[in-house]
Amino acid sequence: MTLFVDYSLNGVAQGMIFAALALALVLIFRATRVVNFAQGAMAMMTTFGASTLLEHGVGYWWAFVAALAIGFVLGALVEVLLIRRLEGRSELNPVIVTIGLLVVLEGIAGAVYGNSSRGFPAAYSQTGLVIGHTTVDFSHFDVFVLVAVVVLMLANLVLFRATSLGLQMRASAYAREMSRLLGVRVGRLLTLGWALAGLAGALAGLLTAPTSSFSPYFMDLDLVYAFTAAVVGGLESPVGALVGGLVTGLCISYVGGYLGSGLEPLGALALLIIALMARPKGLFARPPARMV
Amino acid sequence: MASLDASGTARGAGAGDAIDAPGSGRAGGSRTPRRLRLPRQPMLRHLALAAAGAALCYLVTSLLSPYNDVLAGEIGLYVVALAGLSVLTGMSGQISLGHGAFMAVGAYTAALLANHTGLDLALQLLAAAGTAAVLGAVVGLPATRLRGPYLAGMTLLLALALPPIADRWNSLFGGDQGLVTTPPTAPGDLNAQQWLADIELWLAILTLVVVANLVRSRFGRAFRAVRDDEVAAALAGVHVARTKVIAFVVAAACGGLAGGLLGLTTGVVSTGEFPLTLSIQLLAAMVLGGAGSLVGAWWGAVLLVYLPEWSSSLAGDLQLGAGTSAYLATIIFGAVLIVAMIAAPGGIQGSLRLCWAYVGSRRGGAGTGDAVRGDAVGGDAVRSGAMAGGERPLQDRAPSSGGPAAPRGAAGSPGSAPNVQSNESSNSDG
Repeated sequence: MTLFVDYSLNGVAQGMIFAALALALVLIFRATRVVNFAQGAMAMMTTFGASTLLEHGVGYWWAFVAALAIGFVLGALVEVLLIRRLEGRSELNPVIVTIGLLVVLEGIAGAVYGNSSRGFPAAYSQTGLVIGHTTVDFSHFDVFVLVAVVVLMLANLVLFRATSLGLQMRASAYAREMSRLLGVRVGRLLTLGWALAGLAGALAGLLTAPTSSFSPYFMDLDLVYAFTAAVVGGLESPVGALVGGLVTGLCISYVGGYLGSGLEPLGALALLIIALMARPKGLFARPPARMV
Repeated sequence: MASLDASGTARGAGAGDAIDAPGSGRAGGSRTPRRLRLPRQPMLRHLALAAAGAALCYLVTSLLSPYNDVLAGEIGLYVVALAGLSVLTGMSGQISLGHGAFMAVGAYTAALLANHTGLDLALQLLAAAGTAAVLGAVVGLPATRLRGPYLAGMTLLLALALPPIADRWNSLFGGDQGLVTTPPTAPGDLNAQQWLADIELWLAILTLVVVANLVRSRFGRAFRAVRDDEVAAALAGVHVARTKVIAFVVAAACGGLAGGLLGLTTGVVSTGEFPLTLSIQLLAAMVLGGAGSLVGAWWGAVLLVYLPEWSSSLAGDLQLGAGTSAYLATIIFGAVLIVAMIAAPGGIQGSLRLCWAYVGSRRGGAGTGDAVRGDAVGGDAVRSGAMAGGERPLQDRAPSSGGPAAPRGAAGSPGSAPNVQSNESSNSDG
């Protein structure tokens, strides 16, 4: 029973991190109908940036904010330099370009920082909380992760639901030409969508690095788990990304715990296939009013 | 490589035959050199080319050093894998980031059979292709309901999920150590490397013949119809789901065969041989060679084999450290992929075709618009397409319906001509 509780708590903690990256994927998918397979690699780059700053004696929170800023700029740059040039082509093209970006970023990080994994500090203590007399598998840092991701999700929700900017972003993703005719600066908003996703991804990287072996490839698996989470949640909805992250995290934690480590990706694959077969549009998708 | 040129020329000549039919407003086939007169019937033509190519491969491998024989053999096995991926992604429009998983299945199947049974090499490889094909069918079933990024994510997960299984049951699969394979014993006084390279290149040619015939059959037409417009294909009587599964099965069988060959080449089959990078590199090579083009598979395979070589010598010239030089190939590969996707989505083969068509249109003057289009659409059933601008599939094709190439074009791939090309031809129409 304690094992089950530990696996569950561990799953929640992991799931929150997947949710952060899934939120980034959802932001970009909403804005440009592209799944950014380089999202994990971009997060890896920003985290290495933060790591470099920390080595030069910059304070933790300054490095944290700097990584978020780098993520914001990186996201915008990718949209302006690469994705914009693919407008109107087949939907396979952006997938391949982001895969190319993934390869390039991991290559650069490997060449600059080497392949060995290094440590990255956590914002708070990583020893388990003591509840009553038992130590549970959930630390102060995990609480911080939980709060940070929920705040990120809420900010996302408020942006899209309650602000004029969010409305314009949704409109430009949904009907680009029409939005342009109505005076929405579509290009700028798409860039903003990617930039915000870059920021969310950078946050995911900072939250992942302390708990995993921090190397150029440390976000590869997280990216596919985040993709699973985003698809389970429907690729469209921030709440869906959060719930999808939780489901994925729990699934992976149980599979890894009870069936043996190493089988987690297989568990995620099964979850993804079940989710896609049962609810191809995700748990939280509303039926489309009209298929175009 | 020379066999590639031969087949390129021959295909060009075949296209020329079609275009030079009466009514094209152009005298004689002076544009396309006809060094070879090949049978008109596709099957016979493919077989004739294959026989010539196989003989040529034997000649080339007997001239090369053992080390270069190994590289030539690797080109052969990657051609097999890329041909399958080209059918799946380039022709039927389904992206796969998990082709390495099929190769892993094939490699383990062949190695297990070799270690536990005394099966013949041919049967081992056949079983490798067969097992991978079964997995392809299993993966293809859910994939029939998925599109673009969803499918990409699912196959990406497949590439990550399969290798750990071999680590989990390591008593059977050998774990990190892997399974040792024995290369086939060479007949006569051939050295082992050359014999293996010959086998791999011949199998590559055999695969290309089979796939080339397949894509010229009703299956191939169904693939392209599904890629261009699923609804239209369904209305025309194509069974969309079945077509997609068949494409997956073909691609997986090719991947399995290539995996079995890879196991023979490396001498050991372990999970480290099939990282995610392999799947990504296969997709990248397929796109760079020319998606949907079987000749492009050769270009892609050459890139896969020689790019690491070139980049390590480049790193030596730039005097980079050993740590950095290992990553140079990756960086170049990714950067080239991005640039190609933006600037030349047809890949190497697509770009060559564009150049060819451009030269042709300059020489032929007025009235060659049709010829250019015919060359692009009807000349070669094996087409680059999904990657090229496919946003206006059917409209572009409409004006050519009166042209001589129309019947073949209609059977070929609508809208597969890259953007630039269709613009050019409509300009010269006007």
